[in-house]
Amino acid sequence: MAGNTTAHNAKVMNRFDLTKRLVAQLKREEAVVGGIGNANFDLWAAGQRPQNFYMLGSMGLAIPIALGVALAQPKRHVFALEGDGSLLMQLGCLATVAMLRPQNLTMVIWDNGVYQITGGQPTASAEAADLVAIARGAGIANSNWAADEADFDALVAASLKGGAPTLIGARIDKGPPAGATERDPVKIRENFMRGLGVRK
Amino acid sequence: MPSWHEIVLSTLKKSDVRLVPYVPDRVFTPLIEALHDDNFFTTFPCTREEEAIGIVTGAWMGGMRAAVLMQTSGFGTIPNALASLAVPCQIPALIFVSERGTLGEFNLGQALVCRTMRPVLDSLAVEHHTITDVNTLAFIVDRAIKQAVAIQQPVTFILSPLLTGGKVFEA
Ligand SMILES: Cc1ncc(C[n+]2csc(CCOP(=O)(O)OP(=O)(O)O)c2C)c(N)n1
Repeated sequence: MAGNTTAHNAKVMNRFDLTKRLVAQLKREEAVVGGIGNANFDLWAAGQRPQNFYMLGSMGLAIPIALGVALAQPKRHVFALEGDGSLLMQLGCLATVAMLRPQNLTMVIWDNGVYQITGGQPTASAEAADLVAIARGAGIANSNWAADEADFDALVAASLKGGAPTLIGARIDKGPPAGATERDPVKIRENFMRGLGVRK
Repeated sequence: MPSWHEIVLSTLKKSDVRLVPYVPDRVFTPLIEALHDDNFFTTFPCTREEEAIGIVTGAWMGGMRAAVLMQTSGFGTIPNALASLAVPCQIPALIFVSERGTLGEFNLGQALVCRTMRPVLDSLAVEHHTITDVNTLAFIVDRAIKQAVAIQQPVTFILSPLLTGGKVFEA
């Protein structure tokens, strides 16, 4: 794992491809929260696991929602998949995660440099902000850019071992999402709670 | 007679509400300190109130009851999180608001935010209880938590200066 990969030398990858790679590593009913924007669309398209939660609104809250799940179920590993624009809206949550140090939380940031779902307007991370450096500065020491697909797989595998919260930055292309989430909030929430064993 | 904050804490405990993220308000200080001192609770500050709504939502879906503490101005930042997450997903988020900007306050901005709170809650059909009397506090909080869980909807407890004493301003 290249801890010295920086935003500008990380390979530009594809969100749907990486989402499938991530899901393929999930063998223990890990929870995954897909943020607003195309993060949840590609999570949906990668296969509708009962442990997936798809956000239809509340921009920026993928990490806080995942943190809540992680605190409620410390034995289950929890992922948040969040877009760069969404993370920029709620950067403070990184400091909260760093303060609480949940051992079972992995945050994946899809950095395409745009607010893709609203028309591809540029985000600040396209110009200057380095989201992994911001996460480190917030106190999440275990924050890295994925150098390439193999490195992404290795970072996900390492994070699944737990021990400290992990943030993985992935530079991604501007390819469209591979599907569209069914917009039924009650069904999404109920399925998720069943998937987490909270409801029968 | 126990104080308002002792009653809130004991009612949360009785209702098995274990997670309490907050953005502080001065009036809530004794409650927040008591929550930190009691290891039944996991309590911590958030950077923003909508972050706390997200955490409470995740915790509920993971099987843990959770409440959030904020002041009136903080409430002003959460309508989107309520309207696009907690209400449509049917999350019994337990929201305690220290009512500021009324009954002898000094900051016009805070007073105006306060006036937006109840219309927002009404427009979303989120139940809210303004609590002014220590004698009815335990009953209201206990029953309203039971109802929120049963009907799977958020509920807001607005703790009036009549209950908490508010913040005293020497005019
Ligand atoms: C509070 C709020 N502001 C703006 C929007 C409109 N909006 C929805 S998704 C989105 C862009 C998300 O961008 P990003 O997280 O980078 O994901 P991408 O679209 O690139 O997948 C915006 C601006 C919203 N839903 N909520």
